[in-house]
Amino acid sequence: MRVEMLTFLLSAIICLGGALGVVLLRNTVHNALSLIATLFGIAVLFMSLGAYFLAAVQVIVYAGAIVVLFLFVIMLLGVDKVDHIEREVFKGERFAAVAVGVAILGLSVTALLSVGASATGQASANRALDPTAPDINGLAQAIFTDHVFAFEITSVLLTIAVVGAIVLAKRGGAVIDLEEFPDGPAVIDEPEPEPEMEQSGAELDATADDDATVEASDDSTEAEVGS
Amino acid sequence: MLELTETWYLVLASLIFTIGAVGLLVRRNPLVMFMCVELMLNATTLTFVTFSKALNDVGGQASVFFVLVVAAAEVVVGLGIIVAILRRQDNADADDLSLMRG
Repeated sequence: MRVEMLTFLLSAIICLGGALGVVLLRNTVHNALSLIATLFGIAVLFMSLGAYFLAAVQVIVYAGAIVVLFLFVIMLLGVDKVDHIEREVFKGERFAAVAVGVAILGLSVTALLSVGASATGQASANRALDPTAPDINGLAQAIFTDHVFAFEITSVLLTIAVVGAIVLAKRGGAVIDLEEFPDGPAVIDEPEPEPEMEQSGAELDATADDDATVEASDDSTEAEVGS
Repeated sequence: MLELTETWYLVLASLIFTIGAVGLLVRRNPLVMFMCVELMLNATTLTFVTFSKALNDVGGQASVFFVLVVAAAEVVVGLGIIVAILRRQDNADADDLSLMRG
């Protein structure tokens, strides 16, 4: 019991420190790293609650994928963005935000402490945790039997999210002429060397104009001869 | 020595949720606001797992599984939107995005 208490207190300190870091630090990269601390602390709490699979998934998906995605976007957009935290849309905005926070905390903690030492509610009727088997067995059985429809809908959600992210983040380029480039967007010309080409092109045009006038006069003479 | 009950976990979860909510209201950077949303989601997953243990039911853990997936999809779409917005107007924070204001 003493070890459990120590584990809880340590990971609670890590969680709260990380959460405060997300809110209070000014550098966006530091915010993301503080978020990792919170997620890691919650993973430890999952383990102490017996959800070993969810603890692993928490570390892999959140710290390994989501925070890395955050860091990618921070690096893509530049880390030197200034957060105008002191600018207020209406007067006393931050005071109101803190008041809302105190209200949320006060309500929930009062509700929790008023019911006594433990959680209320109906204990499990059909899917009890099995302390002898690994936790992933019961979880998989619940997901693939009770919640199998939600699981399938989840795959549709992920597909839509990926397609939407690609459409949103795609750079809006010129419309591709498919007759000229039947292979698609991979063969678009780079527009960068255009100004250099313009100068040489002007010279070429000048000589071409000379040729054209010569040809035109030739044509006219031929036409005269023909007539 | 105090005994470690579920209430400890739930109070911790409500603390994390409150910090996330206040951060969402206070911060202006859309990326940091997203991180605060992640904090709130994690607080709720912690309560799900706590009730799963307290009520001896695996359904809470299954709910956490779905919350994780939805959070991942939400982050992907949200970051795509942020990238698309910040590519058009530089250094935008959440108050500058008033295009759809009535």
